[in-house]
Amino acid sequence: MNLKLVKTCLLFCLFLVQPVHAVLQIEITKGAEGALPIAVIPFQQKGLAVSAPADVAEIVAIDLQRSGRFSPIDREKLIDQPQSLEDVNFKLWKVAGIDHVVIGQIKVITQQQFEVQFRLIDIFKGGQVLGYRFMATDKTLRSIAHHISDLIYEQITGQKGAFDTKIAYITAERKVGAQPSYKLQIADTDGYNPQTILTSTQPVMSPSWSPDGTQIAYVSFENSRAEIYIQHLATQKRDKVSAYEGINGAPVWSPDGRYLALTLSKDGNPDIYVLDLRSKKLTAITRHWGIDTEPSWMPDSRELIFTSSRTGKPQLYRASIKGGKKQRITFEGNYNANAEVSPDGRTIAYVSGEGNVFKIAVLDIETGYIQILTDGVLDESPSFAPNGSIILYAAQANGRGVLAAVSTDGRFKQRLVLSEGDVREPTWAPFKQ
Amino acid sequence: MKLKIFSVLLAAVFLVACDPAQVKDDDSAAGQTGDQTTTGGVTGDGAYSGRYMDNVSYDRAAINDTGSVLAERVIYFDFDSDQISQDYQDLLSHHGKYLAANSDVSVRLEGHADERGTREYNVALGNRRAQAVRRLILLQGAAASQVSVISYGEEKPVALSHDEEAWRLNRRAELIYQTN
Repeated sequence: MNLKLVKTCLLFCLFLVQPVHAVLQIEITKGAEGALPIAVIPFQQKGLAVSAPADVAEIVAIDLQRSGRFSPIDREKLIDQPQSLEDVNFKLWKVAGIDHVVIGQIKVITQQQFEVQFRLIDIFKGGQVLGYRFMATDKTLRSIAHHISDLIYEQITGQKGAFDTKIAYITAERKVGAQPSYKLQIADTDGYNPQTILTSTQPVMSPSWSPDGTQIAYVSFENSRAEIYIQHLATQKRDKVSAYEGINGAPVWSPDGRYLALTLSKDGNPDIYVLDLRSKKLTAITRHWGIDTEPSWMPDSRELIFTSSRTGKPQLYRASIKGGKKQRITFEGNYNANAEVSPDGRTIAYVSGEGNVFKIAVLDIETGYIQILTDGVLDESPSFAPNGSIILYAAQANGRGVLAAVSTDGRFKQRLVLSEGDVREPTWAPFKQ
Repeated sequence: MKLKIFSVLLAAVFLVACDPAQVKDDDSAAGQTGDQTTTGGVTGDGAYSGRYMDNVSYDRAAINDTGSVLAERVIYFDFDSDQISQDYQDLLSHHGKYLAANSDVSVRLEGHADERGTREYNVALGNRRAQAVRRLILLQGAAASQVSVISYGEEKPVALSHDEEAWRLNRRAELIYQTN
């Protein structure tokens, strides 16, 4: 099963003002063994005889497959296509070893208005375990489909789904004879609906979502110096929150929304600070001659994991924002950096380097157990899905920057490739509120 | 690099010999910074204790001379290191002296890293590289206000491929002179 190309799904965008080249293409590079088979029956269309702008059942099937937990049956291989609960032949599915069947319909009311309904049928329980009806517009139909995936995922796995969320990432395009173009973009988790938040000829880096998902902090070099901005996504209005001499980097929002952890070198050397966003009070967390950077918050918003070169090579440390001793937490290897604490605070994803090879690893905080999850040459910038099930990260494929994702147990891998240029620094948004 | 400096020095010697004005400039630069000499004295018979003259022009316009040692403005580093090798220390002392002699000239030091390692760590590393360059320049008497520092980490590579040679070229600090 190693690195087997299970399926390639080319995604086309339908309503985008964005140029086509901004679309990400998803490839599943390692399928998970033991994924649960599920039959997602194509939704019956009713109402106006115009085709709906999105195939909801297909979006749901792809979502479930992307989670690594499910193995949806190919449409051509469906043994039956029931349209209603009464149509479901329980015995047939039971014999085929399929535990779950999703049926639904989409009613086209106008070209912009739809009514979507779906039912999740548990074959062994012998009936419907979930059923909802939603109103959608052409703009929200894909999002509704992802929401349906979330409901199905949660019903079966017991874990909240993260399909109907967003990801942010940076793209860079360099063309001969032209200025480079750096963009901060936001898209659906399947790469659809990319929206550009910032375009610059100077580097843009380190996006971080506010815990309510309404704002993004990032570093921009647009004024030929490093500056940290906070931008409101709805209004596009932004504030410059840090522009000291030297580094203004690695902004990370605290889970309680009160602070921004960041790296400053205003006193000559890179140290970690915490900025209280209300009072604007700045507190130094580290003061050391070595490099201290890449803070990541523990869920309680009271402690940080960070990278420090205080022993010569980068290693991960833990610090309280109230001060006190810094506790080293990685000891194996010469390059452990860029920690990202999982939403439940139990594991830390980070970049583990050896020689010229950098991979994503996870560390169990309580047991100290380390697992290397990826097998790229330059994997970096790990970011947890808000339900902690998947780690999104940046990788290199054929000399280009791509996004990749791996389940936290390492069993399932996928890749998101931009058709041109490099894509990097993915950051998964929090759950919608 | 040694060779290049040597040939530049030779050219400078030739220039100095032919141009009395140049000699005067050199002397005045030496007078300002006061540390143009290295003691060449060796104890023992027959040794002369001479005054070493640094034959590099720190004339304000020297920065536009493509043949000057000052035309070399990129310092390269080892992986995950901000150590400046001896060759570059010599080069940077020339830049420091030039700035000390021309207080109206300023320089922007840009620190960079190769793509290996994490991005913000590389920003920090690039910062330390630029800061190491800054310290050597200030050692020659240039004013802190003449020297600004920025790190781009791995965000602005000069070589775009993903191999040792590209990495070597990208691990650098650049001196960018700003003349008004």
